Parts: sequence; structure tokens; C-alpha cells
Amino acid sequence: MSIGTTQPHDSAHLHVTGAARYVDDIPVPAGTLHLAFGLSEQPHAEIIALDLTAVRAAPGVVAVMTAADMPFANNASPAPDPEPVLAEGEVLYVGQPIFLVAATSHLAARKAARLAKITYAPRPAILTIEQALAANSHFEGGPVTWARGDVTAGFAQAAHIVEGSLDIGGQEHFYLEGQAALALPDDQGMVIRCSSQHPTEIQHKVADALGCAMHDVRVEMRRMGGGFGGKESQGTPLAIACAVMARATGRACKMRYDRDDDMMITGKRHDFTVKYRIGADQDGKIVAAEFTHLARCGWSPDLSLPVCDRAMLHADSSYFLPNISIESHRLRTNTQSATAFRGFGGPQGMLATEAAIDHLAHVMGLDPTELRQRNYYAAALGAACPQTPGDISIKRKVQTTHYGQPVEDFILHELTDKLQKSADFVARKAAVTAWNSTNTTLKKGIALSPVKFGISFTLTHLNQAGALVHVYADGSIQLSHGGTEMGQGLHRKVCQVAAQVFGVDDGSVRITATATDKVPNTSATAASSGADLNGMAVKAACETIRGRIAAFMAAQEGCPVDSVRFEGGQVIAGDSTRPFAAVVKQAYEARVSLSSTGFYATPEISWDRIKGQGRPFFYFAYGAAVSEVVIDTQTGENRILRTDILHDAGASMNPGLDIGQIEGGYVQGAGWLTTEELVWDDAGRLRTHAPSTYKIPACSDRPQIFNVALWDEPNRVETIYRSKATGEPPFMLAISAYLALSDACQACGPHWPDLQTPATAEAVLAAVNRARGTP
Amino acid sequence: MDITFLLNGETRRVQVTEPTQSVLDWLRSEGLTGTKEGCNEGDCGACSVIVTDESGARPLNACLMMMPHLHGRALRTVEGLAGPDGTLHPVQQAMIDHHGSQCGFCTPGFVVSMASAHLNGQTDHDDLLAGNLCRCTGYAPIIRAAKAAQDDPVPDWMLDHPVDLTAAVLGDEGSPTAFMPRHSDELATWYLDHPDATLIAGATDVGLWVTKQLRRLDQVAFLGHCHDLQTIEETADSFVIGAGVSIAALRKAMAQAHPSFAELLRRFASEQVRQAATIGGNIANGSPIGDSAPALIALGATMTLRRGDLRRTIALEDFFLEYGKQDRAPGEFVQNITVPKSAPGLACYKLSKRFDQDISAVCGCLNLTEESGKIASARIAFGGMAGIPKRASALEAALIGQPFSEAALNAALPALEDDFTPMSDMRASSAYRMQAAKAMVLRYGREDSGQVSILEVLP
Repeated sequence: MSIGTTQPHDSAHLHVTGAARYVDDIPVPAGTLHLAFGLSEQPHAEIIALDLTAVRAAPGVVAVMTAADMPFANNASPAPDPEPVLAEGEVLYVGQPIFLVAATSHLAARKAARLAKITYAPRPAILTIEQALAANSHFEGGPVTWARGDVTAGFAQAAHIVEGSLDIGGQEHFYLEGQAALALPDDQGMVIRCSSQHPTEIQHKVADALGCAMHDVRVEMRRMGGGFGGKESQGTPLAIACAVMARATGRACKMRYDRDDDMMITGKRHDFTVKYRIGADQDGKIVAAEFTHLARCGWSPDLSLPVCDRAMLHADSSYFLPNISIESHRLRTNTQSATAFRGFGGPQGMLATEAAIDHLAHVMGLDPTELRQRNYYAAALGAACPQTPGDISIKRKVQTTHYGQPVEDFILHELTDKLQKSADFVARKAAVTAWNSTNTTLKKGIALSPVKFGISFTLTHLNQAGALVHVYADGSIQLSHGGTEMGQGLHRKVCQVAAQVFGVDDGSVRITATATDKVPNTSATAASSGADLNGMAVKAACETIRGRIAAFMAAQEGCPVDSVRFEGGQVIAGDSTRPFAAVVKQAYEARVSLSSTGFYATPEISWDRIKGQGRPFFYFAYGAAVSEVVIDTQTGENRILRTDILHDAGASMNPGLDIGQIEGGYVQGAGWLTTEELVWDDAGRLRTHAPSTYKIPACSDRPQIFNVALWDEPNRVETIYRSKATGEPPFMLAISAYLALSDACQACGPHWPDLQTPATAEAVLAAVNRARGTP
Repeated sequence: MDITFLLNGETRRVQVTEPTQSVLDWLRSEGLTGTKEGCNEGDCGACSVIVTDESGARPLNACLMMMPHLHGRALRTVEGLAGPDGTLHPVQQAMIDHHGSQCGFCTPGFVVSMASAHLNGQTDHDDLLAGNLCRCTGYAPIIRAAKAAQDDPVPDWMLDHPVDLTAAVLGDEGSPTAFMPRHSDELATWYLDHPDATLIAGATDVGLWVTKQLRRLDQVAFLGHCHDLQTIEETADSFVIGAGVSIAALRKAMAQAHPSFAELLRRFASEQVRQAATIGGNIANGSPIGDSAPALIALGATMTLRRGDLRRTIALEDFFLEYGKQDRAPGEFVQNITVPKSAPGLACYKLSKRFDQDISAVCGCLNLTEESGKIASARIAFGGMAGIPKRASALEAALIGQPFSEAALNAALPALEDDFTPMSDMRASSAYRMQAAKAMVLRYGREDSGQVSILEVLP
């Protein structure tokens, strides 16, 4: 049995010995050129003059290109609107690439790129959410509104109403491996090796840039040194630059961003301001909720539209909100183009709702966990087994989300109860209160928050995947699929699928780099979908081959095909039990095809994003966390003391890897909500563009006590071995840390502390002062 | 210049043509690509390597180390951690067993730092790994791996010895543009003749001029072999600390006499940076946010500067004239710093966005003495509150003669606003800096009451 067991990452041995190769580690041909972009210093300006004389004359420089030199498309956009790789007469943010330098070394290219003399005619820049709103600077022409029920009537029933506004900071991905690409000119086309979650999009955009068809471009991607959404679209400009320069010079071209350049050029998580108004009746049932999402999208659409959609889709968090209205503004600003980041808008949508619920509980004098539980969706039908269609013995109403999807798998009632017990939540909450009564300067806080996260791409056609599996005559298995490995352990899980189908050990299965000539038309490895989609495609391919081998053996042994079993490295057919490798060799000699593709398309989903109605998600993944924190009420310094998590991975295919996603997701989320602060100055320059100034969690920032357990119950829908996706959902468990900090601030005084994020020491101190009424 | 060093146990002699070339770039150009570039500024630790010299083995950031730094030393990279037969180092095996790698890009740096700690028998993992950033795992499995391996024996292949530089053929250690003195006397003479040269000790700051500002340094001197600058001498009532003493060594030396200063030095960057950075460098670069200066000023430290054969001693606070300007003549260098052995009233506080490995938004150091219930003397200095590390003279004046009480401290606080008008930047706003500085003064008043820091609170 491979499925359900803990196995290490497929590259773990290579990682720890330094032998795992990333793009910049690949040996390159002699004469390889190194590229760098020259960057805009203005947030919004016309380029009056571009004097590149000194750049061309710099030591080691071989070629320089501007937009005018791009032979075909100058477009890196993942969206319908074009997004120039090199600025075309106008710059739209500080850090925008204007020209491209190719030199004999990385350092020579970087040095030369700083020598341009650029004359700008500055234009008014829109930097902030307030400025964008005032200037009516929207993508999509204006706000998008989705609603259900009657909000006005709902508020009329409310006994308690709160309103407020929450600033939600953005977040730099800080993948440890910066963006990188390598282009190797081929006889007819171009080979690209890159660090990307989306090789097919790189192939597509490079083909457009070279004026050729997709079949002329081969993209190969072995591994990324972290992605988190930051390599879904942001790697495209480097690949295009390398391809175009390689075509122009006939030499291999490599580009990698220096860390500061990476942070200046690439998009980050969207920062939001969310205005909320929420009301509950006497019993603490939420009767109306109104949200205005103000999202700062940056200079180009990139993936902002689906990100903002997903924020709206998660405005319910885990609660049945009968009357709800969400107005979403996708604001165009002269800053980096905000992009995909783990959760893809979901975290912002959920955080605002959770903060609003805490605010409501504060005003009502009600325990916030109690208020949450009262408003949870109705429990799922039946027990811990797949739902039987037509079973009408339990008549409970299935509630639907505000976008019309029935919530049929809601397990948070039981999950919350179990977590409260395992975390000793009630007693610890009392202990925190007692501790606070004897400590004046330091205060503790504790909070529980749930996660319900929708799994599937909201753009329905992306929910497909392909695989290619070969069984060689010696019994070894090689497989390719459309997913990319960025650390999440996808390749190991998919290998486990193949090993399971063929009944062999994991060592018999080798996975190759993701390559566009092995599996075409792939979707980005994103939306937590990697294992769900590609695991199913690989399973289909393996089952095709296994079926052929089984048919062959059944004919040989004179037994029914479906009686042939593949277990423990053996194939058992009739009275024959023989090693898999021997059977494969025999099948090969009998001219049985031992290679197959596999394909999978997620069933049951449909979505109308204009109306905001449908079933965008195949299922929901759930989880809950309890965080306990301590703050210093004079400086605002804060830290997480303990975290307990219970998370739903369905029937986990690999508990070790899933727990890794949960621990890592939580800490990354806690960083987003505490120390990770992006600061732009009034001139539109990002001031936090290196790890010296942008602080992701360090080792000692993880909770000192960190208990993570899996809610081990099969998925109710038919996913790969009934598992659930674990890429994004755990990120939002960190909302409990924010709520705990708010709880600690509430212990300082009677007023609502209105803690903003990121909850830096400075933000916490401001909240403490608001709680005390001493601003 | 020719340099000689051990690379994963084998002697290498390298002709260095560009003295400021980083060890990281050189390693990767040699095909040793296990050592990664994550930030090229010493903040992420992906390029960590182990360097052994006479004083032992330590982890360092290869991105901030320049090739001449390797001369006479032994360098071990991630490729040199497994045994000759491929047997994994215990920390490597533990990282596999405990799922300590996900994307794997930070992993070589982590296993190197962990192997360094393992070699030295150190188990304060949180502290030793503060300079290695991981974005995937949340660190928990890495710490589990470090603990699991900590009691395993050190593999014999890990025991490096530095190259004996007194042995014959070592080649040319100098060049027209890069000088490597063996004694401060040599340095003094050379620097007098080359007053525009850049002195490089640990390169934790100068390294950034090269990797980030892309500056070309025409004349440089590498001070690592001036062993006479790396000693701490004890007199009857003071420590005389050589300018070349590393922050790591200073932290150890201060642990008994000045525990609060030592704790501040623990939060001074990461282990890799503490092992490279020197106290002289931290002072001489004149940064308004260097963490050593406020503590040393509060201690009443003096410093001795040397130019040729001329030496002069000044109070440390007098060295910092204004932002970017220090009282140092061309050709003059910091020889040593003298601090009193006893300062029971010293307390050092650091406020930064992240606890470990971060630059202070405010660093406050207070050293008060009390006589018959009244404050008899006060030395209070702050970093991050002005263009230079600076004494809070008005606050000191307001406190002297007052009773040592919370009320008196509170009453004196407005004086801080006469001392400082802090700036707003990406680390903190002006108003917050002032609030935090005041909070530090009040925290000082609570020192006797037990718990004063949230770092001491247990779950």
C-alpha cells in the first residue's frame, strides 16, 4: 500500500545534498548570455527620451533591446488585456521593465542596466486605494456586485449592527528561488527551462513573442524553489526576454532576477480595504451582511479579476448569511500588478468577515466562538461516509452559499467540537482571562477560527489535466503529468498513485520534469488542484495500461480479467503469481502497448461569473485552528505562543506531506498578518524590497507549541482516493492568530480595538490605545 | 593575489583577480551549485557554508564573503557534508526523515547551519537557525530534524583544520589593490599610504556595497589576519575589545558581566552575520541603527583610534558627529573599545518588526545608578531615534536626583521629546518610535518586578 502512507518528498535526498538542480544550476552552453531589465524609476510617466549609449558601451554588453526591437508580440499577459514585457512609451509603475540588456555575465548585465539615461515626463500617479477610488480608476469599468436575499430587510430585523473598515496588507511571496528562465535555441524553435507554475502559458506567450506556433516551443520545468502563486504568471516576462534575445543572438540566454529586482518588478498578494456592516438578531443569528471589497490591483489586470472573485466567493467564510451583498472594486493603480498568492483572494474575503464577526460579538458581549458556531452552515447529511443519493431518511435542509452552491459536506460543527477538546480551549480561555487579570503590561489572547475553502478553478475549463505513463520492459515506470513541483510534494503523491495502481513500491516509479511536449495544454498548478487533477489523470493512464496487462494475463491464465490483481510487486492471475517486471516483459514480447495517456475533467462544476451564480467548487476543504498569543501593551510587540490545528485532508494520500502543507501554510499566513509589511513611499517606490526590510517569519516566530492533526474522513465526492487538496486552505488557519491578537487588545479596555493588518507591533499598540480610549 | 584554502577537505590554490568576488559566485562558477543565492545580502542563509580557522568552525554567508576571506581557512559546502562513500550526514538524514525540505531551495543552507551546530555541539536551534529563512515548512519539521540528529556522533570527515599559513609556499598574499596585513602595525603603515582604501573585516556591510550597490572598490585591505585586533583583554576594571572581535565572540565574552548587552547581541542579526561582523566595523560604519553603539555608549565605553603611530582615545558617543559623518581622519582606523567590567544598572532593549535577525526600529540602552533611593547617574542612549546613535541628555538630566520610581520615570518622559525627533520610515513611524522609546524607559523601571519581556512568557 502506497496511498495513505507517509513518504518523503520525491527530491528530499537531492535537496539535502545540494544536488537538486534549479534553473540557475543547470550547466549552460558556452557563450550563454545573461540578461537584466532596466527598470522604471517613475510610477507614471511618458518616456521622452531613452538614451542607452552608456548601456551598450558597458563592459560585457552584447545586445540591448527596447519594445521597438521586439519582433512579434510584446505581451506577457495571462489575461485578455495586453501587458507589455517592455514598456511602450509610457511607464506605469516604479520597477517596470523598460529595456533588456544581454551581457556576458549576470553582474555585467546588472551593472549595465543601471547606466541608461531616461527622460521622463511625469504624469499623475494613482498609488493608493483612496486615490484610485477618487479617480474612479477601475478595471472592468466599475465595481462588481453579487447579492443574495434582501439586505435592507435583514438589517431591519437586526438587534445589533456593527460597521467598520479593515485594512488588509499585501504580501510578498518571497519564494527562496527568485524568478529565472533559460532559453536554448533549437533547430526550429526554442527550448525554455524555467521556474514556473504554468509551463503551457510560458509556451503560449513565448510562441507569440517569436511569431511561431506553440509546437515550436518546448518548455521544461523540473522544480521551483517555491511558488505560492508568484510563479503562476510572473515568470513569463523572463522567458519571453530570454527567447527573444536567444533568437536575436543565436546564443543561449539566461535571466534571473536579483532579489531586490524581483521584489520591485513582480506582483504580490492584493492589499484590500474591506468596509463591512453586519447585523444579528437577539439570538445571535446573522441576518444581514454588507461588504465593500476595495482591492489594489496595480498597473495591469494580470489575475486580479479571478482573485477578486474568489474574495467575494469567500465572504461567507463558514457562515450561512441569508442576506448578503458584496461590492468588489478592482482598482487600477501605478504599483506592481498584484497577482496570485496562496488562497487567491480567499484569505482577504474571509479575514474581513471574521473580523466583522468578532466586532459583532464584542458589541453583543457574546463569546465569538459561540457566535461563529451559531452561524455555521447546517451540518452535512449523514455520517462519515459518502452520501447515498436518494436517501431521504434524514430530512435536513441543505443550505446554499450566497452564490447558490449547496453546502453538502459541512463538517465544521464536529471538527470545531473536537478541536476545542483537543486544544483544551475552554479551560485555556479561562486561564488567559485569569492571567490577564494579574498582568498589566503584558496581555494574552486566544481565539478559534474556522476555514471553509472552495476547491476548483473558478474558470471552469481549467479544471482538466493530462498525464503520460510509460511502463518499460524491465518493469520500471516513468510518468509525466501537467502539474509542477514547487515543494508541495505533488510528484510524490502522484508517484504513489501510480505505485498503487500497479501494486508496486514507490521506487519503481520515476517522475520526469513537467514538459509541454509530454503533456499538452496544461493548466497552472494552482488553486490547490495539483494532486486532485493530475492524480486522477495519472490514475486513468495507469489503469489503461493495467487493463491491457490484465487482459493479457487473463487470456494467458484463462481467468476473468477483473480477477487479475496487482499487489506487493506481483501480478496474480488465476494460479499464477509472478513479479510485475516479469509479467511486463512477457506482455511486451506479446506486443501489448505499455504506454498510455490519461485525462481527467472535474465533474459537476459550472459557474456564471457575471451573475455570480453556480457551483464553482467541486467540494470544500475545512479546518480550524486555536491560537494563543501574548502582547506587550506598551510597545505592541507580540508573539504566538501556541497553536492547535485540526485540518481536513479527506483521506490523506500522504499524511507527512499534508501536515507539512498545514504547518507551512499557517506560518506563512501568520507572517502575512503580523510582521510582513509592504511599504511604498509617496513617490510610488516600494521601500521594503529585500529581506533586510521585509520580514517573513523566522525560525523562532513559529508557535512554541504547535499541534497539528488531520481530520481523517474520506471526501464525500469522488476525488483521487477520496483525499482533499491541502495547498491553500491551511493558509487561512492563521486568521486565528489575528483574532487572538485582537482578543489580547480587547483585554486592555472596553472599546473595540479595530486592529488593522498586518498586526505589526505598531499596529497592535494603536489597537491597544483604541481599546483603552487613549489614542 | 594567490590564496590557499581547503575546499571540502582538498587543498585549493586560487589566483584571485577580483578581490571583491563573492565566495558564492566563485563556488557556483566552479559547478558547486548546491550553495544557493536567495538574497545576496546575508539575510536568507541559502548560501551558508562552514568555515574553519584557528578559532574553530562557524557558519557564514558565502554571498557576503569575498575570496580573500578564505585564505588559510577550510571551507565546507553542502556538497561536502555527506561522507566520501555517500553516507549522509546525520542532519541530512534527519531532514529527510522529518520532512524538513519542501521546495528544497533553502535546504542546503539549513543543513549546513545544522551541521555546523552539530559539529560544535550546540543545541540552541532557534537561535542558530534564525539566519536561515524557509518559506515552505513553517520551520517545525526542521527543528524536529535538528533535535533528532543532535545526539548523533560527528562524522570524522567533518573535522577540518585550517591551512597552516606559516608553512612555506603560500604565494603572494598581497596585490597592488588588495592587501592582507598580518598585524595592526602593518595595517597602520599601509593605510597611511592608502587613506582612500576600504578596510574589510567581516564584509557584512561592505559586501552589500558590492552585491547591491554594484560598487567597485579600487583598494581594499582584508583585516582577518590581524590577530592582534581580535583579542579581548581584561584589566582590573575594564575589557579592552579589539576592533576585529566578532559579534559572536563579544556576545560570549559579555555574557557574565553584561547579560543584557549579551542578549542584545543575540538579537544582533543572525549567527552567520554575528560570526562575520566585527565590533569595530559596526561602530566605524557609523550607522544610526547599529545595535552595539547604544549599549556601548550607555556603558560609558571609550574607543582608541590609530593613524600611523598616533593613537587617540575618545568617548564613544563623540565618534558619531552626524548622519554619515564620524570623527575619523583619513588613514585612521578603530583599534579597540574599552568598556567597564561592571555596570549592574545596564539594560538593553531592542524593538524590531521581527524578533530575530532584524534591524532595530528603536534600540534603547539605559544605565542608571542609585544612591540612597535617588538616581545618582544616568547614561541613556538610543539607536534609530536620530541620524546617529545618541545619548538622551535631556532625559538623563531630568532623571538625576529623582527617586527611582515608576512615577519619577513617568514624569521625566517628556524630556525625551527634547532629545529626539525621530523619522518615519519602513520600519516605524516617528510617533511610534517615540512611544516605544518611552516604553523602554518604563520597562527599565519594571526590571526588578520579574517579567518584562514577552519573550519570557511561556505558553
